[in-house]
Amino acid sequence: MEVGKTKKKELVKIKSIPYKDFKNNDYLEEMVRELHENGVNVVVGALDEAINWGRGNSLWPLTFATSCCGIEFMSVGAARYDMARFGLEVARASPRQADFIMVAGTITDKMAPVLKRLYDQMADPKYVIAVGGCTISGGPFKHSYHVVKGIDQILPVDVFIPGCPPRPEAMLYGMMQLQRKVKLQRFFGDVNKKEVSEKEYEERMKRDMTANS
Amino acid sequence: MSVQNKISQQFPTAQIEEKSDRLIVSINAELLREMAVMLYNDKELRFDFMRSLTGMDWGEAGFGVVYHLESTEDIKRQLELKVVIPDRENPFIDTVSDLWKTALLNEREVYDYFGVIFIGHPDMRRLYLRSEWKGFPLRKDYVRAEGLDMTNEEPDDSTVTWYRDKNGVPRSRRYNLFESGEYVVNIGPQHPATHGVLRFRVSLEGEFLKKLDVHCGYIHRGVEKLCESMTYQQTISLTDRLDYLSSLQNRHALCMCVEKAMGLELSDRIQYIRTIMDELQRINSHLLFFATFCMDLGALTSFFYGFRDREKILDILEETTGGRLTMHYNVIGGVEEDIHPNFVKRVKELLAYLPYALEEYRKVFTENIIAKNRLIGVGHLSREDAISFGATGPTGRGSNWACDVRKRIPYGVYDKVDFKEIVRSECDSYARYLIRMDEIKESMRIIETLIDNIPEGNYREKTKAVIRVPEGSYYTAVEASRGEFGVYLESRGDKSPYRLKFRSTGLPLIAGIDTISRGEKIADLIAIGASLDYVVPDIDR
Repeated sequence: MEVGKTKKKELVKIKSIPYKDFKNNDYLEEMVRELHENGVNVVVGALDEAINWGRGNSLWPLTFATSCCGIEFMSVGAARYDMARFGLEVARASPRQADFIMVAGTITDKMAPVLKRLYDQMADPKYVIAVGGCTISGGPFKHSYHVVKGIDQILPVDVFIPGCPPRPEAMLYGMMQLQRKVKLQRFFGDVNKKEVSEKEYEERMKRDMTANS
Repeated sequence: MSVQNKISQQFPTAQIEEKSDRLIVSINAELLREMAVMLYNDKELRFDFMRSLTGMDWGEAGFGVVYHLESTEDIKRQLELKVVIPDRENPFIDTVSDLWKTALLNEREVYDYFGVIFIGHPDMRRLYLRSEWKGFPLRKDYVRAEGLDMTNEEPDDSTVTWYRDKNGVPRSRRYNLFESGEYVVNIGPQHPATHGVLRFRVSLEGEFLKKLDVHCGYIHRGVEKLCESMTYQQTISLTDRLDYLSSLQNRHALCMCVEKAMGLELSDRIQYIRTIMDELQRINSHLLFFATFCMDLGALTSFFYGFRDREKILDILEETTGGRLTMHYNVIGGVEEDIHPNFVKRVKELLAYLPYALEEYRKVFTENIIAKNRLIGVGHLSREDAISFGATGPTGRGSNWACDVRKRIPYGVYDKVDFKEIVRSECDSYARYLIRMDEIKESMRIIETLIDNIPEGNYREKTKAVIRVPEGSYYTAVEASRGEFGVYLESRGDKSPYRLKFRSTGLPLIAGIDTISRGEKIADLIAIGASLDYVVPDIDR
């Protein structure tokens, strides 16, 4: 990742929004430091960068919504907020074609295995965004007998977007944070590495995806 | 002969209490069947519309079921039938699902919540929770088992039904909903066209639907149980999240219920603001209906049109309430904040703009020949079925049933404004669609009449910090965006309600979807589901 060395202030670039305007920049810097420590082949690194540029700018969400947040997610897709500006508009109805899942809405006990199954069906590399209070902690239904108290119990979450429901702007911000993460992650050499055992790979995935988010 | 005399003559043991708006009849479980048949069939009574069915846990007195009945012939005939089941160990009661079809799902809900078994009900499974779930959550002595069950659900189409043998002892019999060799397709819970997480098991004959079995509960959040441990001010925050497209109306219903029970008088200003807000919300909801309905049928342009115009309303609502979806605006005793200084001006701008938008919709979708072919004559729901299922709102009115609560039992300032109740007799998906489009115009008329005449006064009446509702039971309904939204409150004089039940607007629609879609093509199921416009969190609660 040559980007990190030359322009420390602009690790990843999101169009029209300066680096310093984002919160939680330290976890990105931490990721870059780790990358430097391990060292990456110049060719692979350059390829990585090109691939990540493409990956980061065409993240496809899975059409998934259980309740109120889903309506706001639809607003994000509609004319005013228009997430197509960031290459996020191709909402897929099949988990096989999706890059990330926006868990919009309360997850109940009955829904939890279904959600896990959907996540398992998605192809690697895959990401999870937890939208709204319910998915973060159970929200207003925390004390209910049938609500999962935070989906991080069952899935590795990359980005949390608080709110009840979050405003569309917040959702866009959250999705941009995910883009930044995707743009920094190694595509070669880690995620798709063949040498590691399956178990270790799973562990790495988990660690990678939950790191400081 | 009055209703009261007739009942007391036939059933001398029944306790009858007369209230200003309804008759309360309390009986024991053995009498229920006889009583129900009389109430339903008798020509002078003819209680053909079951507004709500509520399960109860009365502690030592046993379990209970409360039926709210109404006659569509005479709006003044309102009855609350309280049935006590004294045996807590083996709570059995007879079904009434053959008389009022809306009880088909409601009785399953009561079984799910309280473990009350309905003898004669064809399908006594849990409605919301998984079949492996231990215990009945709305019982007062329920303790939740620890842990989260992450095993996948096995597709199981067997069900159980209960009957009485020769000696009158209840016995159960298991059977399969679908015959072996039937071609059964699973739709949902994660399906983009089911508007959330609803699941259907559909049996097909070629392309045609033979039978449909609904699975709910994927977004069952246990709101009613939560309310029992909350103060009244806290409970109102949950109503916004039931049917999030009628959040203002839902909250209106609960606030009105508590206010009525406390005998709180509201200023005219509050009533005006609430009514205008309700109508704005209705337009908002119907615009979203237009957007998603057309999208389900493949018309993506309409989706953007609908959302574009919806944002205009959200801007107005946000300015005053601070929220876009869950607005938290109505409170017990009034509204949270006075209307924004810009409110009147911006509403007028909206009213001037909307006719152009509606005209655009007409051109792009209503007159579209593809849309017409897919909708006209598809998804027939007869008037009798609509009443029997209790499918209120635009669905009922599309089946020629004038069921608007705003006209039936006026609240707010609906009795002071002149508006038309849109009723159509085609009974198909297209009628349900057209009704919503016309209702937008009626809502605009209501707002137009009221917006210039908002009187001065308090926007919030003073209430005590801790609200205690006097002992008793109360039922209040409003016309939410998709039908009658009712609140049944039983209070024991505490800080929190003893039992709070929300009459879902969507559950009756789901109960009827099997009847509506039988014999239609599988692709039309999506059109039918979209035309019913259910919101799943409202069904599951």
